[in-house]
Amino acid sequence: MEQYLSLFIRAVFIENMALAFFLGMCTFLAISKKVEAAIGLGIAVIVVLTITVPVNNLIYNYLLADGALAWAGLPDVDLSFLGLLSYIGVIAAIVQIMEMFLDKYVPVLYNALGVFLPLITVNCAILGGVLFMVERDYTFGESVVFGSGAGVGWALAIVALAGIREKLKYSDVPDGLQGLGITFITVGLMSLGFMSFGGMNL
Amino acid sequence: MMTMKETLVTPIFRDNPIALQILGICSALAVTSSLQVTMVMCIALTSVVAFSSLFISAIRSQIPSSIRIIVQMTIIASLVIVVDQVLKAVAYDISKQLSVFVGLIITNCIVMGRAEAYAMKNPPLPSFVDGLGNGLGYSVVLLAVAFFRELFGSGKLFGIEILPLVTEGGWYNPNGLLLLPPSAFFLIGAFIWILRSVDKKQVEEPDFRIAKHTTAEEGA
Repeated sequence: MEQYLSLFIRAVFIENMALAFFLGMCTFLAISKKVEAAIGLGIAVIVVLTITVPVNNLIYNYLLADGALAWAGLPDVDLSFLGLLSYIGVIAAIVQIMEMFLDKYVPVLYNALGVFLPLITVNCAILGGVLFMVERDYTFGESVVFGSGAGVGWALAIVALAGIREKLKYSDVPDGLQGLGITFITVGLMSLGFMSFGGMNL
Repeated sequence: MMTMKETLVTPIFRDNPIALQILGICSALAVTSSLQVTMVMCIALTSVVAFSSLFISAIRSQIPSSIRIIVQMTIIASLVIVVDQVLKAVAYDISKQLSVFVGLIITNCIVMGRAEAYAMKNPPLPSFVDGLGNGLGYSVVLLAVAFFRELFGSGKLFGIEILPLVTEGGWYNPNGLLLLPPSAFFLIGAFIWILRSVDKKQVEEPDFRIAKHTTAEEGA
């Protein structure tokens, strides 16, 4: 249990998807002008990461890894080169299924998430989470914890950035730095702040 | 109709994918702490953008618009698998250093963005050139960032010593900050600032302007 807790904390703070690995930057910078939108997107990312990372973990361990097809009588087959194609396919399919499911059963959440759901397919934080899971050989339990932790970390970062940017629009920024430029520098400073978690040893 | 040369050159500075279109930033920041790794990443990305644009454009009239995203994804993912396998075979150390970022070319918005915005509407050859131009625009920013980070962070370029370090009996005291991730943000921010000071058209309008100071007499 303790091991899962420290994995979760590490995924949220020390190895923050957005501020330590720069994943999901495109949407991170584009949809952080308003706190409400940022919260909606953050929740969507948490949900999708928590589902896709474990599902891809099962697919990798029982279909793609070297010798994984032993249960089907094919112990010598190594399909790991098909990894990228299957992960992105699974992510696209799960996002689509989630969209249909939410539309039918939880319309409130569906309306709140709106356009962000389909956008998540091309968010590198999702594919990045899956690839880290494969690279670090997580077990199924660890992958559930890692997926949700990574999602929470990303959501935390985007909501914090949106809060700063809402205040920032009243400041007098030099012309060339207006908009994107100052946002980059703000994110750099936030990332420095998050680096202070790096000293923690879990 | 833009000429071939314009299609190739515009995305490098005037319409730079990173600085102006805000595309493909994720990998721009993570892989720039050494020039050699960055160079490999740039070559990988440029070839994927160019060829995916070429292939998508070649079959653009056969793709039904309702499933076009998944078709584009499949083409891009297959190209990335090829690049990944080639890297593993030819330059195994560098492919280890790039770790997940080669795979992340799939979700790099430049690739999808060019496929959607350009390759779906134009014939194969201009699409190929457009992909090449955008790949080069991305490379220019990445190489510039990597140049500063490696030179001032560890005193080397391509692993060859340029500024002798204090720790090895030289005179240069390396700036450790530049090896840390946040420095990439500062450098790209500065790059955007320079680019937009030169080309005023790219400056964004502020959402909110502070009103001019007026004295009571003028107001009354």
